[in-house]
Amino acid sequence: MARIVGIDLGTTNSLIAYMKDGQPHVLPDRHGRAMVPSVVALTDNGLIVGDPAKEHLTRSAARTVYSVKRFMGKGLADVQDELAYLPYQLTETGGVIRIQLGQKSYSPPQISAMILKELKRRAEDYLGENITKAVITVPAYFNDSQRQATKDAGLIAGLEVLRIINEPTAASLAYGLQKRTQGTIAVYDFGGGTFDISILKLKDGVFEVLATNGDTHLGGDDLDRTLLESLAKDIQDRHGISISDHPDHVQAVRLEAERAKIRLSDDLTTDIAIELPDDRGRFTRTFTRDQLESLTKHVIERTLAPCRMALKDAGLTPKDIDEVVLVGGSTRMPLVRQRVEALFGKAPHCHLNPDEVVALGAAVQADILSGGTTDMLLLDVTPLSLGIETMGGVMSSLIRRNTTIPASAKELFTTYVDGQTGVDIHILQGERELVKDNRSLARFRLKVPPLPAGVPRIEVTFLIDANGILNVTAKDMRTDQSQSIEVKPSYGLSDTEVERMIEDSFKFAAEDINARKLIEARLDADALMKTTEKSLAEAGHLVTPQEADDIRTAVTHLATAKNGTDPRVLRARMAELEQAAKQLNVMMLDESLKKSLHGKKVSDMS
Amino acid sequence: MLDPQQLEAKFYELSRTFHPDFYQTKSTAEQSISLGNAAVLNTAYRTLRDPIQRAEYLLGLEAGSVKDIRTSPPADLFEEILELQDTLDEYRASDRESDESRRLHTTLQTEQERLEQHKQEMETQLHRLFSDWDALQDAGEATADARVKRDQLLKQMRNLLSNRTYVNNIVNDLTATIA
Repeated sequence: MARIVGIDLGTTNSLIAYMKDGQPHVLPDRHGRAMVPSVVALTDNGLIVGDPAKEHLTRSAARTVYSVKRFMGKGLADVQDELAYLPYQLTETGGVIRIQLGQKSYSPPQISAMILKELKRRAEDYLGENITKAVITVPAYFNDSQRQATKDAGLIAGLEVLRIINEPTAASLAYGLQKRTQGTIAVYDFGGGTFDISILKLKDGVFEVLATNGDTHLGGDDLDRTLLESLAKDIQDRHGISISDHPDHVQAVRLEAERAKIRLSDDLTTDIAIELPDDRGRFTRTFTRDQLESLTKHVIERTLAPCRMALKDAGLTPKDIDEVVLVGGSTRMPLVRQRVEALFGKAPHCHLNPDEVVALGAAVQADILSGGTTDMLLLDVTPLSLGIETMGGVMSSLIRRNTTIPASAKELFTTYVDGQTGVDIHILQGERELVKDNRSLARFRLKVPPLPAGVPRIEVTFLIDANGILNVTAKDMRTDQSQSIEVKPSYGLSDTEVERMIEDSFKFAAEDINARKLIEARLDADALMKTTEKSLAEAGHLVTPQEADDIRTAVTHLATAKNGTDPRVLRARMAELEQAAKQLNVMMLDESLKKSLHGKKVSDMS
Repeated sequence: MLDPQQLEAKFYELSRTFHPDFYQTKSTAEQSISLGNAAVLNTAYRTLRDPIQRAEYLLGLEAGSVKDIRTSPPADLFEEILELQDTLDEYRASDRESDESRRLHTTLQTEQERLEQHKQEMETQLHRLFSDWDALQDAGEATADARVKRDQLLKQMRNLLSNRTYVNNIVNDLTATIA
């Protein structure tokens, strides 16, 4: 069976991991970095992803997409509150948000697919084989639309998504594998954009989720935003500049706010310095941890109610929890740790790298699916109740929240009017009484043979699979015939749209590859020029003046080529520079050898 | 007897047999069968684990749909519940800032705790009925005596379930009102 990789598709950063000799490992890039920033930028040379894209945040904010995960499976009305601070343009088509990048608009699954492709390519480079199958993690509290959108992203990226797995449970797999723990654990997962709490029972290799809760719109982004708002006010007060008029600048402040927040996890005070727009000088301010905590306290408090709900649903009290595991970058904040400790009455476990543990767990699940790991089994739950609309706009629950998945429910439908040929069914997810307060998932029309009222009997099966995704089938009980159902998602792409996006993704692949090659070539050219100049400065006297001149000329040529857009030209200039500097490198090697041999006897060198 | 430990162990064992995770490398047909089996297994475990759901299921099997069970106020709580309804109405109509309202709130809180406790007792009682039921099943006697005993147990369960649903609704109403 082909290899299955594990992917953590995060709000801020994404990672890819694989299993080797019974242990999960994250895959680093050429520079040894494991995390790929979940940022996509449109440049003059095409779309770029990750670290180089992140640099564009402060240069061309309107064409740089970050935190796209917050828009997965959502409509425009869902994200109204945050539009003010978003530098890029959002629209909506068919219940799905579209992000405007230059002349084209992209759905969130397409943007996520670009990040997935980057991870896929990284794994292919590292492992030297094609990667076509993956396990992708999602927040446990993601609803059906958000899960489906994640699966679509995988398809568009050319990946068969064998399993969508919840982030806190993935973390528990990595944790359980390492610690061989038995007992009840709480996984508190506070990431860049989402918050989850899951309570699990670990026994004899079975990881049974007892309850889960969360908020898919609560994370480090919200902490940064409170800080950003405070800094924006300061800048307004002291310099009379409204930074929201300068989108690139908002990003500079946002990134500085994020960095300051991170520094304040280790330090008690930190200095913030931001260049003001239009050369109006510099804004500086000292920030203390106390100030950060009083600004962000209300955001952190919002994680506690879901924890209490999960405990209640599991039928447990804090003292029943044997261990608390922290996941997600936001759990590095001392205040978060204090609040978690106060709630559960015990110090949380934070020995695992909170950034990597989810990807590692996804790799473990991938190994279970490929038959490598056979002694572990994850039994997860559905986070939200599933139901259908009934008379009077009331939701009738079919599958309760925190039901172990796969889970199914059957419902019998009939007609109220003679000769009626269809029954409209509206599927919902949520905990509220009324339809309007819950999330609409999809609608479909049940075909019914024209018969007297009440005679048709159609049995509809609602099945939530192990991915937490709903499948609907129907059967005519009188004829025992199954009927296919065309479900129209309320906030999702249709199958045809996904197909078209897969095609597009192949079409534009060539363009994207060129953009990526260019970035890599530029980075390599920079490194080569830097080392050559250093060598020349230190050891220029070892070569003839002519040779030194040739090297300088080659450096200039390379620097000019760097401004171009053809990676092949850049590589050619690099080869020329390497050729010109060959003699210099040989001489330097000789010199260092001479030095190391100096004063040693021949007998020492055997 | 239904032993919770044994039930869980059996559930884990069967999960290892049926869970879709272990059929990923198999044919589509096998995958879909495993999905269906795992869903049924999960429903079975959930139903057996919770005495309320188990009673509802059993009564559904033995005596038709539980949806037909009439929910009426339990005889022993009749007076108390009538009084409670009055207090609830008074509280809803009262000015929340007044002393009177605060007094009513306290009364309702005490009442809520009492009813919660009552609910607990009913659940304990249901557990006891299930012990008797399981013992009867284990004995496997088909005597006239056993049949009478069996019908009695079902009737008791039915009453208990009806009373509990009633009390549960009241408690939910109460919780929502004083929250």
